[in-house]
Amino acid sequence: MIKHPVRGRFGLYGGQYVPETLMGALEELEGVWHEAKADAQFQLELAGHRHAFIGRPTPLYAASRLSAHFGGAHIHLKREDLCHTGAHKLNNAVGQALLALRMGKKRVIAETGAGQHGVAVATVAARFGLECTVYMGTEDMRRQSMNVRRMKLLEAEVKEVASGTKTLKDATSEAIRDWVTNVRTTHYIIGSVVGPHPYPEMVRDLQRVIGDEAREQYLSVDGKLPDVVVACVGGGSNAIGIFTAFLDDKDVLLVGVEAAGSGIRTGKHAASLVGGRPGVLHGAFSYLLQDGEGQVLPTHSISAGLDYPGVGPEHSFLRDAERVDYIAVGDKDAVAAFKLCTKLEGIMPALEPAHALHQAGVIARELGPGGRILVCLSGRGDKDMDSVEGV
Amino acid sequence: MSEASKLDRVLRADGDLKLVAYMMAGHPNKKRSLEVGKKLATSGVAALEIGIPFSDPLADGPVIQHAGQTALEHGMTVGACFELAAAVAEEGIPIVLMTYINPILAHDPRRFAAEAAQAGVAGIIVPDLPVEESEPVAGWLRAASLDTIFMVAPTTSPNRMESICEHSSGFVYCVTVTGITGARSDLPGGMKELLGEVKKHTKLPVAAGFGISRPEHMKALRGSADAAVVGSAIVAEIDKGNDPVPLVKGLLKACR
Repeated sequence: MIKHPVRGRFGLYGGQYVPETLMGALEELEGVWHEAKADAQFQLELAGHRHAFIGRPTPLYAASRLSAHFGGAHIHLKREDLCHTGAHKLNNAVGQALLALRMGKKRVIAETGAGQHGVAVATVAARFGLECTVYMGTEDMRRQSMNVRRMKLLEAEVKEVASGTKTLKDATSEAIRDWVTNVRTTHYIIGSVVGPHPYPEMVRDLQRVIGDEAREQYLSVDGKLPDVVVACVGGGSNAIGIFTAFLDDKDVLLVGVEAAGSGIRTGKHAASLVGGRPGVLHGAFSYLLQDGEGQVLPTHSISAGLDYPGVGPEHSFLRDAERVDYIAVGDKDAVAAFKLCTKLEGIMPALEPAHALHQAGVIARELGPGGRILVCLSGRGDKDMDSVEGV
Repeated sequence: MSEASKLDRVLRADGDLKLVAYMMAGHPNKKRSLEVGKKLATSGVAALEIGIPFSDPLADGPVIQHAGQTALEHGMTVGACFELAAAVAEEGIPIVLMTYINPILAHDPRRFAAEAAQAGVAGIIVPDLPVEESEPVAGWLRAASLDTIFMVAPTTSPNRMESICEHSSGFVYCVTVTGITGARSDLPGGMKELLGEVKKHTKLPVAAGFGISRPEHMKALRGSADAAVVGSAIVAEIDKGNDPVPLVKGLLKACR
């Protein structure tokens, strides 16, 4: 497979659709990132933080009671919920904080939906002595209030975004506006494989550690690869993170699970790849939920982290190339999977990967005993207790 | 290219600074924005910039965001924006449309170009379309005899400035602040140097925009820029239900 992106694009998708003011910063970031990637000292430093600060490698866990419940196929979980701060988001935040230091920028900003990325950025800001502002929609601040409290204790400024849908989309727009205004002193730590080039590539490179570890761990069990790898997709960083290592393994089926919310047909969902068409949002050309006039549509998902109308451009490319199957799972099934995993495994997943867990169950029943499924358990679910109890 | 050269002609400073007024199509509603558009077109401004609303305007501050949202809530469409532009263009003033790339892509860029030209529009500004991403859309706009106006910012490197000026026609839009749209009390330091730098790279008229709102700003720009674009200050007047023409007249007075 050709290594993407090529000139900032994954096939048709990606690009740099941003105000002129940011073009210089993107150019600088691309240069600094490629230089850092090739720098053994940087890699050593990153590896050190991954080990001692994030807690990597995260374990591969055989979910035997879930396996039995779904008819005997082997289900393994990649335990990103065990990362420090409770989700895979820290993998990216640590890497980008090191880049901010390298560029001499003393302030970082971020958008957050579920609050996991906001907490990760507030955490690295505390760890590396950076000033930090996190943008979060009013609606998300309500449903993820615990993470708001965590960010404030970490001394991040949490700015409420009350415009538009009051969720991740508007928080991202507001973070970009901050960046346009403060670009000389500020690095924008985007939380997913979205945004203008080089973000989708850079965030992928920082998250691919998930799949690199998981593939090796999986092989070390009995020398075989999984039949299927399943991950949830909002912007798609944990999914790209685990898929990348398996892209060249032609026999491994890759499944991305979007949020069907109340159902695709109701229009209340967040499944850009399943129910959208290509367009430009937040600097990249990718699948997008939009009306006939190109206005971005409001989305719905019980999971704040998946409640986003766009998706990373590499996912759009992988969809069109038919390398990854994208499907959508609704709120009710995700909540049921959340409860089931908690009850049977003693692991409380975040609502985002609960979507993937539901689909893993469906696939397990199809494959039957002997089937081999790897699920990216991208984060833990303490933050979702209020949302789940309300259902 | 008769329309295409019109902007170039009317925006060239001839001792006076030229004024470009901005309004959002469909704000506060379709009927009122047509009235406002006609008034602004006959107020003495050199050109009128009309915004086509987009749900996620990354380069805009709260005033224009709110205006766009209001216009969308009142059912504004790209087609209705062309109708408005055509009606206002009858007043004989060049019209520049400003919108984001997604509504253009959704409309089909070739159809967008044809309909804009049909409506008598002179040029198009797309703030999230840097020159690197501009083809093939810019080519289709040019083929329809529309000017393609690109932006230079304070953070633009010298080699990018060269390329931006080469790709521009009608005029070059110089974003004077590192930031988003919205009235500011003071103009940024370094603005004259930036305008001077842009002037070195192009023979086209250079218009200064973003943050410009007061008569003293006009005075400060005289001699440095060919034209000034005033947006948020005018939109804020319209939003309050006021006639924006007195504000415009005050600004025009300071242009001379």
